[in-house]
Order: sequence, then structure tokens, then C-alpha cells
Amino acid sequence: MTEPGLYHLLFISAALFFIGIYGFLTRKNLITILMSVELVLNSVNLNFIAFNKYLWPGRLDGLFFTVFIIAIAAAEAAVAIAIIINLYRSHQSIDVENAEELKY
Amino acid sequence: MSGSTIIFYLLATLTLVCGVASVLTRLIFRAAIYVLFSLIGIAGIYFWLDYQFVAAVQIVVYVGGIVVLIIFSIFLTQQAGEKLPKQKIGRKIFSGLAVFCGFALTMLQVFQHLFHSTSEEALPASVSNIGSRMLSIEKGGYALPFELVSILLLAALIGCIVIALRAKPETK
Repeated sequence: MTEPGLYHLLFISAALFFIGIYGFLTRKNLITILMSVELVLNSVNLNFIAFNKYLWPGRLDGLFFTVFIIAIAAAEAAVAIAIIINLYRSHQSIDVENAEELKY
Repeated sequence: MSGSTIIFYLLATLTLVCGVASVLTRLIFRAAIYVLFSLIGIAGIYFWLDYQFVAAVQIVVYVGGIVVLIIFSIFLTQQAGEKLPKQKIGRKIFSGLAVFCGFALTMLQVFQHLFHSTSEEALPASVSNIGSRMLSIEKGGYALPFELVSILLLAALIGCIVIALRAKPETK
């Protein structure tokens, strides 16, 4: 085990990204797909923070990107859950395979 | 090996193990709880990197907001104790293979690349620095994106209310 540095953080971030992609590909339930998307967004945040900390320590740009991504992720999750609940009301199911009509 | 190294590896293990568990479990409520712990692990890594503000935002917004929202929607849409249907084995194998190849390719690229750090002196990510930079309108300031994100959040909240409103029955 070596002293943690930039490469360790990039490893964690890449692993988390592909874990999220795996969940995105194998899940059918919309809420679990949303959780996988959150994991992917978090891996991107971690990447921004790692580059900010180790490569450009004199600036705060990565930190601002992270804060804005968190805000946008919150908005995205809220809209997605409103859509999911609406879908459940009209179809009694939130599987992607049952949601095949654009308009009901 | 110092204590800080051990803490880093513990946080990394927590994040990755909970992330894997959340995409593999077939109980949706457990998946939400695993995501919660994975996000807490990432907040811990931010603390470890001395970015206290981002860590606090991560805990307040993700752990306190988004995960609670997800748990609420699970309660509204799912029967308790019901397992998710099994996915086809072929699709699991295909996804696992695709993900593994992507991960291997990415890590190969990352480890071959040598990152060059700038030699400017470190600016501490204190709240006063963040605040003055976020609201500055000079070069390198983030006042315009800040306002744009505020408008986006407002639009998203109003949009949620409109979407989730129960539509009135048309014929009666």
C-alpha cells in the first residue's frame, strides 16, 4: 500500500463510474437506474476535486464545477422522481419495459 | 504507514464495496441504503482531501436530500419486501464484460499518462475564498453560472410540481 495520491483517486472514480454503468445496463426498475446515475455523477465530482487538489491547487475551478454538478443533480433527481411517480399512477409499474408509450 | 493512509483506504473500500453491493442486490430498499453509504464514503474522501465545504454540501444535498427523496419514492411505488425480477444472464454477462473492458482501458490510459502539476502556491478551499470567488464578476469569477443554476433549480422545482400534480379527470 503506497501513499494515496492522484492515481488512487482516479482509480476510485473510474471504478465507481463503471459500477454505475453496470447498474444502468442491468437494472429494469427506474428508481434503481436513477441510483446508478447518481453514482456516475459522484464519480465525476470526485474526478474534478482530485484534479483541483493535485494539479491546480492555486485555483478553485474544480470545486465550483463540483458544487454546480451537485445542484444540477439535485434538480435532475427531483424531476426524475416526479416523472416516475406520475408513471406509476398511470401504469401501476415503473419497469422500463412497461413504459413504452410516449403519450397515454 | 500513517493513519491518514489507513483512513483513505478504509473510505475507498467503503465507497466501492457499497457501490458494488447497491448494483447487485435484488432488494430495492437495500440498494438505496448501500447508495447512501457509498455517498457518505465519498463525502469522507472530500474531508480527507481538506475540501470541507464540498463534503458538507455532499452530505446535505445527497445524503439528506436525494437519498431521502429516493426512499420516499420507493415507499410510494414498491410493495414492501418484494424482490426485483431477475435480469437475463446473457445481459448480465454482456454488461459485465463491457464494463470490465471499459474500466481496463481507462485505467491503462490513466497509468500511462504522466500528470504535470502546476507550481503555483495552494489556495486553501476555505469558505471565505469560495464565497468571494463565487460571487465575483471579474475574470475567473462564477457569478453568472451561479445565477444560471439558481434559475435552473427554480425551473426544476416548478416543473416537478406541474408534473406531479394529479391531472383533472376530463370527462365526468
